[in-house]
Amino acid sequence: MTLSELEKSHIEGLTSRFFRAAIIFICGVAALIVSIGLSVTLGVTDIKLATVWQAVFVFDPELTNHQVIRELRLPRAIGAALIGSFLAVSGAVMQGLTRNPLASPSIMGVSHGAAFALIIALIFFPAVTNLGMTFASFAGAGIAVILVFAVGSFSKGGLTPVKLALAGVAVGGMLSSLSSAFSLHFQVAKQMSFWYAGDLSGTNWLSVQLLLGAGVVGLLLALIISRAVTILSLGEEVSKGLGQNTLVVKTLGVIVVLVLTGAAVSVAGTVGFVGLVIPHIVRFLVGTDYRLIIPVSAVLGGLLLVIADIGARLVNAPYETPVGAITACIGVPFFLYLARGERSGL
Amino acid sequence: MKHFSVQGRSRFWWTMSSLFILILVMLFVSLNTGVVQIAPNDVIRTLVGLGDERQELVLFDFRLPRMVLALLVGAGFGISGAILQGVTKNELADPGILGINTGAGLAVVVYIFFFQSSMASISGLGVYILPLFALIGAFTAAILVYFLAWKKGVNPVRLILVGIGVNAGFSAALIVFQIKMNPQDFTKALVWLSGDIWGSSWSFVLALLPWIVALIIYSLYKSPVINILNLGEQMAVGLGARVERERRFLLLLAVAIAGLCVAAAGGIAFLGLVAPHIARRIVGPKHQQLLPVTALLGALILLVADTIGKNIIAPAEIPVGIVVTIVSTPYFIYLLMKTN
Repeated sequence: MTLSELEKSHIEGLTSRFFRAAIIFICGVAALIVSIGLSVTLGVTDIKLATVWQAVFVFDPELTNHQVIRELRLPRAIGAALIGSFLAVSGAVMQGLTRNPLASPSIMGVSHGAAFALIIALIFFPAVTNLGMTFASFAGAGIAVILVFAVGSFSKGGLTPVKLALAGVAVGGMLSSLSSAFSLHFQVAKQMSFWYAGDLSGTNWLSVQLLLGAGVVGLLLALIISRAVTILSLGEEVSKGLGQNTLVVKTLGVIVVLVLTGAAVSVAGTVGFVGLVIPHIVRFLVGTDYRLIIPVSAVLGGLLLVIADIGARLVNAPYETPVGAITACIGVPFFLYLARGERSGL
Repeated sequence: MKHFSVQGRSRFWWTMSSLFILILVMLFVSLNTGVVQIAPNDVIRTLVGLGDERQELVLFDFRLPRMVLALLVGAGFGISGAILQGVTKNELADPGILGINTGAGLAVVVYIFFFQSSMASISGLGVYILPLFALIGAFTAAILVYFLAWKKGVNPVRLILVGIGVNAGFSAALIVFQIKMNPQDFTKALVWLSGDIWGSSWSFVLALLPWIVALIIYSLYKSPVINILNLGEQMAVGLGARVERERRFLLLLAVAIAGLCVAAAGGIAFLGLVAPHIARRIVGPKHQQLLPVTALLGALILLVADTIGKNIIAPAEIPVGIVVTIVSTPYFIYLLMKTN
C-alpha cells in the first residue's frame, strides 16, 4: 500500500466512523424522545398518551392526571435524561484527560466531594432547602476537584494523568470514608445509602432549571474542548508537540466535570456506573475521536438513565428501587460483551 | 551501578528494620489502650505472667488475637494489591477493582439477609460461617472475572475492564439487598463492608493464620516472576517465562490472599492500593524488595488504624477500613506530591 492509498483509507475510515456516529446519535435521540414519552405514561398509575398530550398542550389544573404529568413525571423524565448525559460526558472527558480507563466522576473524587458536603448539610442543617443542597453539592464537588488538582499540580513532575487519577482516588476515598463515618455515627446510614445509590424521586421543575443552566455551560464547553481532549488522549508529549497548552485543556476539562457532576449529584445523589461505563461503550461504537464520543455519550447516557428510571419505578412497584442498581443491570452485560471485543483502547 | 544497588539494598534493610520497630512499638501501645486501660508496666507484668486474671483475659483473649489478625490482614491486603498492580500493570489496581471485595460483601449480605436472626447473636459455628461465605463470594467474583476476560489468554487491560463490569454488577445487587434489610442488620452489613476486624478469638486466628502466612511466603518466593512479567509480554516470553500461566497463577494467588483477608476483616478498600504505592516510593519497583516492605507497611497501617478505631470514640468503634483510609491518605498524598 502506498502512502497516498494509506491516507485515503484513513480518511475513508474517518468519514465512515463519522456517519456511524451520526446514525447512532440520531437513533439515540429518537429513542430518547420515545423513552421520555414512555417514562411519562408508565408508573404506579398508567396514563394514556393522549392525556399526556393534553396535559402538556391543553393543561387542565382540575385533573389529577394532568397535575401528575406536569408536576411529577415530566420533570423527572427530563431530569433523568439530563443527569444521565451529564454523568456520561463527565466520565468521557475524565477518561480522555487522564488516559485511564478507570477514570469517572466517582474515581476522581467529584461525586464523593459533593456527597460528603450534602451529608454534612443534612446532618447539621436538617432544614436545608433545595437550593441550599445544590450549593452544598457544588461546593463539595469544587473542594474535591481543587484538592485533587492541587495535589496533582504541586507535586514534582507535574500533573501527569496517573497522578491526577491517583490523587482522585485518594481524595475520593478520604471523603467517602468521612461520609461513612459521619452517617454511621449519626445513624443516618440507611437514608444515605439509598441516596448514595441514586434517587430521582425528588426531581422537580426547579431541579430541571438548575440542570439546564449547568448543562448549557458544561456541555458546550465539553464540545468546545473535544478536539483538544482527543489530542491530549494521545499523550502529553504529542499534545505539547502540537503546540497545545495542556494545562488550559485540563483546567477547562475539570470545570466541565465539576459543573456537570456537581449539578447531577445535587439532584439525584451519586448514580454510579453511567459515568464510568457509557464512555467505554461509546468508544467501542464510534472510535477514539472525542468530537464524536462526547455527543454520543450525552445521548446514550441520557437514554440509559431514563430507561433505568422507568425500571426503578416499575420493578418493585409501588416501592422504588435505587436507579443505580438498574443502570448496572442494563449496562453491565453490554459492557462485558464489549470489553471482550478487540477494540478496548482509549 | 554497583554503588547504586548497594545503596538500594541498605535502604531496603533500613526500611524493613524501622518498620519492624514501629510495629513493635504500635503493638505495645495497642496493648495498653482500649475500653479497659491497662498501664504499661501492668502490660509487661501480664505478658511475663504476673498480671491478675482480668488483665490476662483482656490482653490474651481479646487484644492479642485481634492484633495478630490486624497484622496478618494488613500484610495480606498489601501483598495482594502489589501483585495485582504488578500483574495488570495498572497503578489503580487493587482487590476492590476486580470485584473481590464486592463479591465477598455480596455473599455476606445475602447470608445476613436470609439468616437475619442469627446475625444478632453470632456465636459458635457462626464465627466461621460468615468468613466462609465471604471466601466463596470472593472466589466466585474472581473466577467470574477471569472467565469473562478469557479469550485466547487474558490481557491485563481486558481483565481490568471486565473486573470493573463485574464489580458494578455485584454492587448493584448489593444495594438492592442492603436496602431491603432492617436498619440494624443494615448497619451491621455496612460496618462489615467498610472493613472491620471482628472475629477476634484465637480459634479464628488459628483457622486463618496458616493459610495467609503460607500464601504470603509463597508470593515472596514468586516475586522475581512479577519483575519479568513487567518487562512486557515479548521480553518475558523471550526470557522463557510462560507468561499466561504465570499470570494466571499470580492472579489466583492475589485473589486467594485477598479473599482470606476479606473473610477476616471485611472489605478494607484502600489498603491494597496504598501500601504498595508507598512501598514503591520508598524502595523502588523491584518486587523482591517491594513485597516484603509492602507487607510490613500494610500490617503497620492496619494496626495503627485499628488502635485509633477502637479508641477515638470509645466505647463505640469506627470500622477499621474507614480509619485506614483517613489515616493513610495524607501520607499517600504527601508521597504522591514529593516523588516523580
